[in-house]
Amino acid sequence: MGHRDCPLVLFLRKVVESMGIVRTAKLVYEYIRKDENDKVTEISRAVDGVDMDIREGEFVAVLGRNGSGKSTIAKHLNALLQPTGGTVWIREMDTRDEDLIWDIRQTAGMVFQNPDNQIISSVVEEDVGFGPENMGIPSEEIWKRVDESLQAVGMAAYRKRSPNRLSGGQKQRVAIAGVMAMRPRCIVLDEPTAMLDPVGRREVIKTVRELNRKEGITVILITHYMEETVDADRILVVDAGKVKMEGTPKEVFSQVERLRELHLGVPQVTELAYELRKEGLPLPEGILTIQELVDELCRLK
Amino acid sequence: MPIEMKQVNFLYQAGTPMEVHVLTDVNLKIEKGEFIGIIGHTGSGKSTLIQHLNGLLRASSGQVLMDGEDIFADGYDRRKLRGRVGLVFQYPEHQLFETDVLTDVCFGPKNQGFSKEEAEKKARAALDMVGLPESFYQRSPFELSGGQKRRVAIAGVLAMEPDYLILDEPTAGLDPGGRDEILGVLKDLHKKQGIAVILVSHSMEDVAQTVERIIVVQNGHIAYDAPPREVFRHYKELESYGLSAPQVTYIAHALREKGIPVDPDVTTVEEAKQSILHALSGKGGSVC
Repeated sequence: MGHRDCPLVLFLRKVVESMGIVRTAKLVYEYIRKDENDKVTEISRAVDGVDMDIREGEFVAVLGRNGSGKSTIAKHLNALLQPTGGTVWIREMDTRDEDLIWDIRQTAGMVFQNPDNQIISSVVEEDVGFGPENMGIPSEEIWKRVDESLQAVGMAAYRKRSPNRLSGGQKQRVAIAGVMAMRPRCIVLDEPTAMLDPVGRREVIKTVRELNRKEGITVILITHYMEETVDADRILVVDAGKVKMEGTPKEVFSQVERLRELHLGVPQVTELAYELRKEGLPLPEGILTIQELVDELCRLK
Repeated sequence: MPIEMKQVNFLYQAGTPMEVHVLTDVNLKIEKGEFIGIIGHTGSGKSTLIQHLNGLLRASSGQVLMDGEDIFADGYDRRKLRGRVGLVFQYPEHQLFETDVLTDVCFGPKNQGFSKEEAEKKARAALDMVGLPESFYQRSPFELSGGQKRRVAIAGVLAMEPDYLILDEPTAGLDPGGRDEILGVLKDLHKKQGIAVILVSHSMEDVAQTVERIIVVQNGHIAYDAPPREVFRHYKELESYGLSAPQVTYIAHALREKGIPVDPDVTTVEEAKQSILHALSGKGGSVC
């Protein structure tokens, strides 16, 4: 019997597979300010003991006010920042292990707020191919990946175009394709729609959802638009560097007052349902979609 | 007295093969004291349009008039114009640079030639208008929250005492609490100070609950210019322009299709609530 089939190895493999693709344990990050003599003058704790466990294939939304620490957490997930305390594992790779940094970044890709800062080439297909090219992948394989990635985000028709001539939503989809071409298992998006118009916003969210459903990509979406999170499997609410709320969109958005205290809100349809409940209409808590509200109101008629 | 745009056309790289017609025959009149929202998809020409209102861009043809005077006529004081028509750019907090809040807000009036004392008086008034009390004056702008930083940046423009305040996406990137904070400030400026506020936004919900008049820019033309209720009635056309209507407008339409007679033109949560309660109370009822 070869050692690959040894029961212990099989057992350990099972254990590893059952663990989340993204895990943090007591994650702490402190911004340390020093004066010209290298003396520490101020320490501020942006992330304060965060435990997360995100399963492969999950769609997790992260909400939190400006300065709550959510972007700082995100930057740990592809080793742009190293924890000052606690540990982050991406597919069981400790992000502090410098030898693994490229494997980690290929596993968990990142998309940022401003599409213009992420586009580097003057032709869409070259921009998408930049990542795999940098990884030293043979050119035939690169083109295959570029094809597939542009298909996946619905931008195949634009491959020969200049990114500068695209709309904000299209640029952001090209940026996502660029990450997809590195074949990640997980994509972390830090406010990808903040600078987009309504249709651009819808395009990007639809793309992200499809990557999650069709390709099984794990998605971690940070946003200030509550309605973008109603399809998530789970929502984490971060405040003062800690996870303050956690649950399904229905569970989280049922707590309208609590969210307001945390400088957040609920989708407009949820707010309307909440206001109608306060007026005495017998509606259930946590209505998230227009369809749900319409059905419930029809029942009252 | 109003700002007027008359038959304004604007071309980038005119006369070259790269020529782009950004604005086409724009006619627009903005009166003092109005509260206007400008919406349009990315690249529709709305940013170009607002930069004409204080003379940052010069029309290729047509005229921009301030109180009846052509702002590009010889001898017109455009420097003074920029004090009267304040422009707050996107992410204005990136332009904060002083070591404390008060000094930063003093920069504008000082630049206009006011003495230190006068500048400070104007800065204090401006900070008061955006709701930042004295305890903030000596703090570094960089230590404030997103919404607070943005209020400092807006105060920097207000300190020049404009009659018109134009803001390019003032709520972009802010959390919902910060968004409400800024919109509240703008409502106050309009109501209490009588300043005309012109707000460029990608948030239909924000626009619907704040402004009195919406200008829709599409391909360099003005597609609609009307109150929110009338504009969002055309939600299908707006969608084809890369825009949308507030969620509650869609709810109203969906309810009507099911035979619940709500007002189809609601654009805010409050309006929708009243209309639904009214419809369900039995008047003009029908069955789903």
